[in-house]
Amino acid sequence: MAHHADHAHGDEAHPEVGHVVPVRYLYAAGLALLVLTVVTVAVRYLDLGEANMPVALGIALVKATIVALVFMHLRWDRPFNLLVLVGSIVFVLLLIAFTSMDVHQYEPSIFGGNAPEAQATLDANAPGAPVAQMKSPDM
Amino acid sequence: MTQTIAHAQDSHGHGHGHDGHGHGHDPHLAHHFDSMAQQFDSAKLGIWLFLATEVLFFGGLFAAYAILRMRNPEVFSYASHYLDTIMGGINTCVLIASSLTMALAVRCAQTNNRKGLILGLVLTFLGAVGFLVIKYFEYSHKIHDHLVWGSTFYVPPEGKEGDAEREALKTAPTVSTTLVVQDPAPFVVPDLAKKPAVDASAVKQASRGPTGIARASGEPAPAPAAEPAPGKVEEAHPALHLEDPAMPPNTHLFFAIYYAMTGLHGIHVVAGMGILAWLTWRAVRGDFSSRNFTAVDTGGLYWHIVDLIWIFLFPLFYLIH
Repeated sequence: MAHHADHAHGDEAHPEVGHVVPVRYLYAAGLALLVLTVVTVAVRYLDLGEANMPVALGIALVKATIVALVFMHLRWDRPFNLLVLVGSIVFVLLLIAFTSMDVHQYEPSIFGGNAPEAQATLDANAPGAPVAQMKSPDM
Repeated sequence: MTQTIAHAQDSHGHGHGHDGHGHGHDPHLAHHFDSMAQQFDSAKLGIWLFLATEVLFFGGLFAAYAILRMRNPEVFSYASHYLDTIMGGINTCVLIASSLTMALAVRCAQTNNRKGLILGLVLTFLGAVGFLVIKYFEYSHKIHDHLVWGSTFYVPPEGKEGDAEREALKTAPTVSTTLVVQDPAPFVVPDLAKKPAVDASAVKQASRGPTGIARASGEPAPAPAAEPAPGKVEEAHPALHLEDPAMPPNTHLFFAIYYAMTGLHGIHVVAGMGILAWLTWRAVRGDFSSRNFTAVDTGGLYWHIVDLIWIFLFPLFYLIH
């Protein structure tokens, strides 16, 4: 249905399926993407301190949205295809969120070296340790 | 209410009737589809599901990036200065331009513009070539300077003070590996301990090992790298990372994730070139028209997702301050 919405593009042949994006939309999107690229590089040299990262990622998000909606036709496509893309991104964000939660949770025990039991075993079995003290965690 | 529904169904039926149901044997309609619309929607859903798996594929690396950066912020803000922002920015523009030409090519296929389609596909292909050429220069420059993943990062690169060391290695007596049959002595296992000594002091040691261990042992966290002079970021590049006392421990981690993510992206660019070449060949053959452009459309979607991923890689690696 959506592909009937815009008939502004002259007398060219119309496919019966899909949507023909008007040329001016494509050039406008390309221009906006190039301008935003220049802006994001300029922002890096402006040095906004802490805000640098969120601003850079925010610009990237805007650029990605332009690519997805115009170049990838999602603006006129079936909404389910948009759902597939957004869904995959949501699951990536879940992956990042849970992984970082996990890393923060276990940081003291994981990155502080070996687990106490493992370290005790290593110490006991180190070269020069008395044979009588040889032991493993399950003993 | 009933009337409205009946009317809607009626117009629906009309639309289909004039859209091509009557054609019966459309050469572009596969037998297992009811209509061109169903065939087209299935192809689009298929490519979108594939693109979702691509997002998840890169997602694992994005998660690795997030964890590494969370744990080693000083490494990322330091090592990012070794990347050439201008080259990365040019590459971003190249990919955006090739995305635009691809979108125009799809439009040309939809509107029976065969010349425009071929031109668009060729320009997109050239964009891919340009991207890889720039990437090649970036990679080779970094590899030459030993800005790589793993332990080679800590080996002095050639052409710098590593030369003297290399010369010393060349002239030093080495263990003979030649087999002389008349003499049974060479069959003795060579004494590896006789290797010429490498001046280990030239290699910067990680001062505390993994930073986490340092913190667990009660030491303060390593101080962040010294800020380069404002406005002189590129010029502040030390000639050799090993000579730079401000280099934080584990800086090689940045380059590990840099090569992993940009490398996987580069492989996707190469795959995209294959798809573009195939599409160009078919376009020259005259396969595509407003009644048959799905291959161009789906190939284009793949090319756009390659662009979309780079749009995130660029700020994550090149634009850290």
